[in-house]
Amino acid sequence: MADTPVHAFLDFEKTIAELEGKIEELRHLNDGGDVSIVDEVERLQTRVNRELTQIYSNLTAWQKVQVARHPARPHCLDYVSALVSDFTPLAGDRTYAEDHAIIGGLGRINGQSVVVIGQEKGHDTESRVKHNFGMARPEGYRKAQRLMELADRFGLPVVTLVDTAGAYPGIGAEERGQAEAIARSIEVCLNLRVPIVSLVIGEGGSGGAIAIAVADQVLMMEHAVYSVISPEGCASILWRDGKFATDAANALKLTAQDLLQLGVIDEIVSEPVGAAHRGGDRAIRAAGKAIAEALSDLCGTDGAVLRQNRRKKFLKMGDTAGI
Amino acid sequence: MNWLNNYVRPKIRSLVGAKSDVPENLWLQCPSCEQMLFHRDLEANLNVCSNCGHHMRLPARRRLDTLFDDGAYTEIELPDNVADPLKFRDRKRYTDRLKDSRSSTGRQDAIIVAHGTVGGQKAVIAVFDFLFMGGSMGIAVGNGIVAGAQLAVLQEAAFIVIPSSGGARMQEGILSLMQMPRTTIAVQQVKEAGLPYIVLLADPTTGGVSASFAMLGDIAVAEPGAIIGFAGARVIEETIREKLPEGFQRAEYLLEHGMIDMVVPRHDLPESLGRVIGLLGQKSSGAEIIPVTAATAAPDADSGGDGAAPAD
Ligand SMILES: [Zn+2]
Repeated sequence: MADTPVHAFLDFEKTIAELEGKIEELRHLNDGGDVSIVDEVERLQTRVNRELTQIYSNLTAWQKVQVARHPARPHCLDYVSALVSDFTPLAGDRTYAEDHAIIGGLGRINGQSVVVIGQEKGHDTESRVKHNFGMARPEGYRKAQRLMELADRFGLPVVTLVDTAGAYPGIGAEERGQAEAIARSIEVCLNLRVPIVSLVIGEGGSGGAIAIAVADQVLMMEHAVYSVISPEGCASILWRDGKFATDAANALKLTAQDLLQLGVIDEIVSEPVGAAHRGGDRAIRAAGKAIAEALSDLCGTDGAVLRQNRRKKFLKMGDTAGI
Repeated sequence: MNWLNNYVRPKIRSLVGAKSDVPENLWLQCPSCEQMLFHRDLEANLNVCSNCGHHMRLPARRRLDTLFDDGAYTEIELPDNVADPLKFRDRKRYTDRLKDSRSSTGRQDAIIVAHGTVGGQKAVIAVFDFLFMGGSMGIAVGNGIVAGAQLAVLQEAAFIVIPSSGGARMQEGILSLMQMPRTTIAVQQVKEAGLPYIVLLADPTTGGVSASFAMLGDIAVAEPGAIIGFAGARVIEETIREKLPEGFQRAEYLLEHGMIDMVVPRHDLPESLGRVIGLLGQKSSGAEIIPVTAATAAPDADSGGDGAAPAD
């Protein structure tokens, strides 16, 4: 949530926690408006900002993973409520169920009618359970397909917001074709004759993420991550011990900065000092601006050309031989 | 298009070339029925247990030998790519893992692409080699699928892909994930050319491979007992803390749940695949469509012509 206080300090934010603790104490003392205390608070606040700038411009890959998963980081619905007017949620895959892990619907961004699709993790116990922590079942991906096809039919651009640890691993999900649902969703993204813009807002977790992120423009928040496997999962397979997640995070090259260099994403959206969990509103505003710009760049292009360019772009991914 | 400068692999090569290191007198135990099997008998029986019918994995090269008519086919050379784009290192360097797999399998990566005929029908087959880093899909495998699909389109041939893969190759990070859309585009090109795209799901087909081209076949065939699914069984068990049902993620289980068209025993595959391609390809093979006679076509002549089909 944009204005949720930062409850949890990450382990590399110890100095920040101390400084903010002091500020809190001083503010508590300062009922009478003591000028020296006001000065001291201001001085400490400057230090906090300096420290935050310092820490956040040098985050390791593993620290980024923690930031990307921070519970106070703005989630999909925060972006939607701030950026999408007339948002009209649409439910169900018309086959089996409504999956709250993927929200979707119609709305307007800067006056332009769009279809919005995104993974929502939830912000408290109740909503996390409702949204299954952002881990979709096949129904979620089939709803996404349905909404993308709706967008295609009505000529509406598609905006997707990616934030998931991955597709849900469960018996029912497998029985109802999790693999097929993801594969088909990728195929539908590739078939669209309308612009599709994706923004990775937190965690881009493997197949569950790419299913809705095969886009003309793939944007990523400055401290988001996007990977083929979680660092923990990678460590437990390749290092045979989940404790090596730090090494795995480094090796996987999962930060926005790495991905831009690899040509997998197109643009990084800056977050405020100390990341989006400290300045949700500013982060969301920056995201809104980037999405609107991407949409206006794409909106004039013919549908067949859009589709062809999108396919060309993804056909080249990793190919260095130039077939 | 360097992969089109392919070379003809003499038929004889497949007979004498693929020497196994298995000692002549070795006996193996069937993991399913525990019967002791003489390895040469097992090999001659396409790695299917003669006692219980259990299908063990079949080496990639033998797939091609057994599926193409008379075991005759032409392998194509695949384009080179940057071998280690992320400079990945876990307990071991990725380049060393690649080197090991290359020397033990004698091939560059986990896929072979070849063309020939299956049941008299033109076909391009891309087959995974599970022995090469678990058949994992990185850029090189992506190259194989893309090249195979483009070759099928050029030759107006059916495209058959035979995955046997644990999923994406972690050592290529996000670039391996990007092979999911990439291979999907490749098979879209085959489909849009009006050619059959057939997937033969072999053990195992999981992760990023199952969640892309492998689940998009016009026809999905699986081998008996093959494990097919998205998430690994261990991950699911750890997540839900329940025991998995009997036969979970096996080919027969997927058939039961409507996820594949058929489960076909290995010995019947050449005939089945040839028949399916023949049936799908009838239009392009120039066969004449037998006109429906006036008597059988008559019923809707007086239905009012509003185009609505009668409900039945
Ligand atoms: Zn047996």
